[in-house]
Amino acid sequence: MPTLTYLQAISSALRDELRADERVLLMGEDIGVFGGAFKVTDGFVEEFGTDRVMDTPLAESGIIGTAVGAAVVGMRPVCEMQFSDFISCGFDQLVNVAGKMHYRQGLAVPITVRLPSGGGFSGGPFHSQNPEAWFMHSPGIKVVAPSTAEDAKGLLHAAIHDPNPVCYMEHKHLYRRVKGEVPSGVFETPFKARVAQPGSDLVVIAYGAMVPVALEAVSDGLDGASVEVLDLRSLVPLDEEAILDSVERCSKVVILDEANATCAAGAQVAALIAEKGFESLDGPVVRVATPDVPIPFSPPLEAAVLPGVDRVREACRELLAY
Amino acid sequence: MATHMAEPAADAAAEYLTAEDRIWLLRAMLLMRGLEERAMSLYRQGRVPGSFYDGYGQEAVSAGAAFAMGPEDRLCILHRDLAAHLIRGVTPSRILSQYMGRAAGITHGRDGNVHFGDRNLGCVGMVSMLPDMMLVATGMAMAFKLRGERRCAMTWFGDGSTSRGDFHEAMNWAGVQKLPVIFVLENNQYAYSTPVDKQYAVDPVERAAAYGFVGVTVDGNDVEAMFEAARAARERALSGDGPTLIEAVTMRMHGHAAHDDMKYVPKEQVEEWRKRDPIERQEALLRSLGVDIDELRASVKALIDAAAEEALAGPMPDPATAVDGVFCEGEAEPLGDGQAPWSGFH
Repeated sequence: MPTLTYLQAISSALRDELRADERVLLMGEDIGVFGGAFKVTDGFVEEFGTDRVMDTPLAESGIIGTAVGAAVVGMRPVCEMQFSDFISCGFDQLVNVAGKMHYRQGLAVPITVRLPSGGGFSGGPFHSQNPEAWFMHSPGIKVVAPSTAEDAKGLLHAAIHDPNPVCYMEHKHLYRRVKGEVPSGVFETPFKARVAQPGSDLVVIAYGAMVPVALEAVSDGLDGASVEVLDLRSLVPLDEEAILDSVERCSKVVILDEANATCAAGAQVAALIAEKGFESLDGPVVRVATPDVPIPFSPPLEAAVLPGVDRVREACRELLAY
Repeated sequence: MATHMAEPAADAAAEYLTAEDRIWLLRAMLLMRGLEERAMSLYRQGRVPGSFYDGYGQEAVSAGAAFAMGPEDRLCILHRDLAAHLIRGVTPSRILSQYMGRAAGITHGRDGNVHFGDRNLGCVGMVSMLPDMMLVATGMAMAFKLRGERRCAMTWFGDGSTSRGDFHEAMNWAGVQKLPVIFVLENNQYAYSTPVDKQYAVDPVERAAAYGFVGVTVDGNDVEAMFEAARAARERALSGDGPTLIEAVTMRMHGHAAHDDMKYVPKEQVEEWRKRDPIERQEALLRSLGVDIDELRASVKALIDAAAEEALAGPMPDPATAVDGVFCEGEAEPLGDGQAPWSGFH
């Protein structure tokens, strides 16, 4: 099995889909000749041409809206937002047109929206956001967020095959930092959680870039405790069964979000546990997330708000001692 | 390259329309007006929930433009354009069921009013954020061009829509990629209560040239002129000559919705436009050709009576289904072909 970076795994999925299905079309700003701001589609134009790897006008609403139109006449568009932050300009087309279409008219909208998200590199308030919760709150849109190279490929294949709009949250900080063995060819990763590390005293629930943070935080054994890490992988649908199963086995829960805390994915997980996992708990549900501020630019300010290994370790220690 | 073209000659359509076609156009307009009048009375009886929006006086815009579209073309239709749905093949009883939120409506009660499109007839229903569907139609046209297919997309929007970003994004995108899409700007002088002089500083048809394609101004109350403008636009689209903006100049003769008494519109303006009623105009033409208008009106009324009876007898949706169908669980099926009654397609 080849070893790929997270970014190469995304590229591999896109290339395999373009080869396998002539309905697949990539659309985005600077993705063609330039190969994309992060070089995910580097070299694609040479193999697939400028029609299928389309440099669009600088118009995010236009990208989503035209993708919807192309999808309902039989295409499988994959849209790239240059940064996930820019989806705010395409929000209406995604939430009001794409998300509500099947419910209102029985018309499927098979589009995938790639959202390079997250902070940690001084991107500042407009290049560092984690907007997944906006879409969790909008009926009709699926949301997935890989943390490994294998899942980056498998979830993207599954998103492109899905007959619904799917927001694919790809974390920029993982692009070249995460590597792993990835099966060749087309395969689908189910929209289900996975146990990244099994344990029995406490579970850290995370997704995306917070999964490696959680794994590192608990890697020194936390004074001999057995700590589980649950990687959600999919936020819509949310794998309730896997979450409640971990809670039942571990009884103590730390929920980790890189997104702003209020109404984040982790808030929904906490609500789920309060409603359906209460009897399994042996301590309060603890959340670690970014406070409700725009992501600041300067390194010490950014480091002060984004959840890091130390904050997670401290939260786990406190809860283990409860 | 791009030019602002004058209104087509009044009789330019005659070459392409048989007597049957001309009757079809009048019938579609009569059916639209009759159905909306019936729906308004059902609204007043409390049988239509929410509010009610009609296109009284604007029937020619949708009837004429949609009549030029082929079965494999795709349409995104606005809320004052019921005649386009009728031309594509949506039956009157389904439309009345839709207004009343009944199970047999096109959206099965999930959405109201003219917020519908029958996917089996090549139509996508509008959303309230105008003019979002301009981008959807542009995307359809983009797919047609990428696949080398000879077909086009058409969408309608109003004067208020010309202020929003999606109007500009769609016009620009379609111009840059030279797409087979027809934009029908239904200029009915008011966006809710806001008159056009507060909406734009230049005649919006001029903007077509700014985006690199043809713009045409048409008397939106002349159904055959609307047909001709759409027919010519479709020819351009299918020949690879790109988009067309058709500005249909008309007047909203009723309030924005049933609750709106329209007191912000000068009475003289309404009276002036009343003399230009699109149905009376087409009736006069057909009468001069010997068509029995009374018989046509009677047949349309009978159709509406039967449709109302059928719709009123239909059940409301089952509340247990309210949370179903948010996601597609099976295969994604693309839009199907619609009805296309124009003799040019037969």
